[in-house]
Amino acid sequence: MSLVDCSMLELAGRLERKEASSVEATRACLSRIDAVDGRVRAFLKVDAAGALAAAEASDRRRAAGKPAGPLDGVPVGLKDLFITEGLETTAGSKILEGFVPPYDGTPVRLLKEAGLPILGKLNLDEFAMGSSTESSGFHPTHNPWDLARSPGGSSGGSAAAVAAREAFGALGTDTGGSIRQPAAFTNLVGVKPTYGRVSRYGVIAFASSLDQVGPLTRTVADAAALLQVLAVHDAKDSTSAVQPASDYRAGLEGGVAGMTLGLPREYFADGMDSEVEAAVRAAARAYEKLGAKVVEVSLPHTRYALATYYLIAPAEASANLARYDGVRYGLRAEGVKGLGDLYVRTRTQGFGAEVKRRILLGTYALSAGYYDAYYLKAQKVRTLIRRDFEAAFKEVDVMVSPTSPVPAFRLGEKTGDPLSMYLMDVFTLPCNLAGLPGLSLPCGFTRAGLPIGLQLLGRPFDEARLFQVARAFEREHDFSSRKPGL
Amino acid sequence: MESSDFQAVIGLEVHAQLLTRSKIFCGCSTEFGAPANHHTCPVCLGLPGVLPVLNRQVVELAVRTGLALGCQVRPRSVWSRKNYFYPDLPKGYQITQFDLPLCEHGRLEFDVGGQMRLVRIRRIHMEEDAGKTVHDAAEGESWVDLNRAGVPLIEIVSEPDLASSEEAAEYLKALRDVLVCLGVNDGNLEEGSFRCDANVSVRHREATELGTRVELKNLNSFRFVRQAVDFEVARQVDVILGGGRVVQETRLYDSVKNETRPMRSKEEAHDYRYFPEPDLPPLTLDDAFVEQARKALPELPRARHARFVSQYGLPAADAKFLVADRALADYYEAAAAKAPDARKLASWMQGEFARLLKEQGGTVSNLKVAPAQLAALLSAVDRGEVSGSAAKEVLGEMFRTGEEPAALIARKGLAQVSDAGALEAAVDEVLAKNTGEAEKYRAGKKQILGFFVGQVMKALKGKGNPALINELVRKKLGG
Amino acid sequence: MSTLALEDVRHVAELARLSLSPDEEARTQGQLSAVLDAVEALRQLPTDGVEPTSHAVSAATPLREDTVQPSLDAGRALANAPARGDTHFAVPKVLE
Repeated sequence: MSLVDCSMLELAGRLERKEASSVEATRACLSRIDAVDGRVRAFLKVDAAGALAAAEASDRRRAAGKPAGPLDGVPVGLKDLFITEGLETTAGSKILEGFVPPYDGTPVRLLKEAGLPILGKLNLDEFAMGSSTESSGFHPTHNPWDLARSPGGSSGGSAAAVAAREAFGALGTDTGGSIRQPAAFTNLVGVKPTYGRVSRYGVIAFASSLDQVGPLTRTVADAAALLQVLAVHDAKDSTSAVQPASDYRAGLEGGVAGMTLGLPREYFADGMDSEVEAAVRAAARAYEKLGAKVVEVSLPHTRYALATYYLIAPAEASANLARYDGVRYGLRAEGVKGLGDLYVRTRTQGFGAEVKRRILLGTYALSAGYYDAYYLKAQKVRTLIRRDFEAAFKEVDVMVSPTSPVPAFRLGEKTGDPLSMYLMDVFTLPCNLAGLPGLSLPCGFTRAGLPIGLQLLGRPFDEARLFQVARAFEREHDFSSRKPGL
Repeated sequence: MESSDFQAVIGLEVHAQLLTRSKIFCGCSTEFGAPANHHTCPVCLGLPGVLPVLNRQVVELAVRTGLALGCQVRPRSVWSRKNYFYPDLPKGYQITQFDLPLCEHGRLEFDVGGQMRLVRIRRIHMEEDAGKTVHDAAEGESWVDLNRAGVPLIEIVSEPDLASSEEAAEYLKALRDVLVCLGVNDGNLEEGSFRCDANVSVRHREATELGTRVELKNLNSFRFVRQAVDFEVARQVDVILGGGRVVQETRLYDSVKNETRPMRSKEEAHDYRYFPEPDLPPLTLDDAFVEQARKALPELPRARHARFVSQYGLPAADAKFLVADRALADYYEAAAAKAPDARKLASWMQGEFARLLKEQGGTVSNLKVAPAQLAALLSAVDRGEVSGSAAKEVLGEMFRTGEEPAALIARKGLAQVSDAGALEAAVDEVLAKNTGEAEKYRAGKKQILGFFVGQVMKALKGKGNPALINELVRKKLGG
Repeated sequence: MSTLALEDVRHVAELARLSLSPDEEARTQGQLSAVLDAVEALRQLPTDGVEPTSHAVSAATPLREDTVQPSLDAGRALANAPARGDTHFAVPKVLE
């Protein structure tokens, strides 16, 4: 097996046994990037020098018998929403082109402390607003399974890079499905942890009450190991969870016997791709065979989730994106007439169409006279959606659903119709509204060879159980071992 | 209708900087006077990705203020974002409190011309300050300094209970005294750590509803508050008498021209789009936190003033002088516990003591003279061991060296001669040398008594006890 | 059908400091109206007495101790500034 085909933990084993070095692994990734990224276009910036320096340091630690952690030396990529000291960070937006941060965010600091070399910054929908990576301010990313198709979004660059073997794993962010949907489109495991589990300090904000950081990897165990590095309390984030994370890999092989899994009735709606539905129902039957009890549950307010999300997320975004004003960093429009003109022209030139659309929508939802009807109403419905989950989780341990109603769509297919694009998130965003953990894992392929994702939703801070349930399925199927024929 | 038919209706919004070491949401220093942008970090620069973490001391100081002003402290208060664009507002929103502020429903009592006035406090909330924009720093440019961005403020909003510019100024002074006494604010209007905006309207005496209100900004001294309010009230009355209508707007006070004028940048109707700050969960305070703050409350200036008058028998002016500075009042009380006469102590502290204090920079906190030493000096005066004028010299030396007064009096030879034998000998000698003058005195020229006293003092090198000498001379000359 | 008026689009764009060409205004009007239509169902849902959820976590805000931490070196604070004056950020003249 070629080095780049190793999972993160397989590579870590080889590094541990001195069968490979971190420098070799990092060089292998860099060569792979050279070979395929011209077609995939996952990366916005490759930091070969930084990654190799980190790899050399890792090899020295391993040689001295003092690795910084189990994943020391395993090269990964970062969605370009993560603030990296001294390394350009753009959020996929022209408005931040050339911005070199003077600090590292907490997730990046934790990765560095754990010894993982950072290969570079990965493409995304501008400010993480999108479900296809087509609204990147720089270029779209292509799905390694079919280059004419989208890898999903907004963490499409992260997903494509890991699927294409350009990185062993990657970090993404998930506000309404931005880790899970790309994972589903590219045959990866993607995790959106419980809100507060991973620090948001140094992660460029889209919608602060919904954003969470998580891993995209090729295996369940990799995802568990990578999340373990990040799941620590951070005093720099006032919403960071204080309770310690459990050991995500300890019970990984525990199986599902005796567990109750729920199929939410509302997640098997009209308009779902029949191959997707068949794969998910087959997965449910597989869980029954493995000893789980599978029951139907109801989340009655699901049909309000999309509208709720598309009021709350843009409202928060409209404030979060006010700081891009051309005063302290980033783009400043030239030849302006006065300060007012500076603001308007900088923001008009710097932001893309989708970002502007959401800023306008969010500004409207918060504006005088509309706040109660839109924003406040949405927050109340958010409470009802959360209560749906609380009630359902009294009956079941984990919920099982499709991650996306359809497999990867063609690039350009949905760009003219924002609403149909927003519908891509219909199964993923309720979990963000409720703050719950969600995971997508490979559960099959369409006849055309496109990956299908299975979504697992859990109780707050019950990530360990999601990994256990995901692993039980993964062990019985070989979807994860398949790779795209680039 | 004429102008005397109108009355002013004034409410004040005070922004007071809290005396913390670090900013409200990050660890940058709040110290005033650093070079531009030297007290900044990713958080207060509003860089992408940063998050706020609340400073505990901000909450303690705000709660202390609320309790001192008789407010209800909300057990759960909420942070909001106030959205607007300005170059010194780094995030494009200010983190503040909106519909669920920390404190509400308070009151402040103060005096205007000897009459007690009570103004209701509508609310007190916490927020972050903006940075500073330097206008016309270079041709066609403004410069932005974010050292002040994120410095903690409380905003204290009064009800529109004030009816004149004088009341407004007295309310502000009383409020400042309370904040300084509480140790939450330094009361410095010039450096902008205590700032005031005024909401001014006028209404006809018979009208029941309030007039249209105008917000006045840039009132950075008590005098400007009075002048700006007076100008604005007169302007509004003129507008109405001229058949016009007062426009709701924000006006800037120009202290050079002594006028108010509309602010150009604020013309656009404000829509701040407040919403709950998702990066900060609500602030919850348990009873223990509030009770602890309540127990730590010092006696407030107004109550202390009343007590100084009744307990120490001080004239109101003396009490006012002492109470204006909490440390000075504490010092006074410590000295008064040992001094022979609390009233004399108060007048000493207003006189020579205050003069020396001012020379040394004005605060008693690092003074070399302990309260007990000051009391001991006054006791020596009281017992006639040192003259009043010599005592001033002694006090000056005590300020420099911190020596005990008794030791100083002895070392400098300033002890007053009160020994009857020594005094009598000196008097006899003077009378013997001046027999002609003595005759004149006996013949009725009583006004030359002072001449003898002066001669005796001179003979004793100024150290004689003047009262005793007086008595002795009179007795020797036969009345 | 909750059609957003063109004036609303313009007002919101002004608040957000974005400028839209007439074409974009019309397109934005249509797209935002479509989203608001989808939102219309929400408004029919009774929510009397339901507490709004503004935070996904129920914990109270943590408090940090009042200690001074090092600030950024001013050169680093200003490194990304499009224009400077001494150690200030420079902008076109602000009208009072």
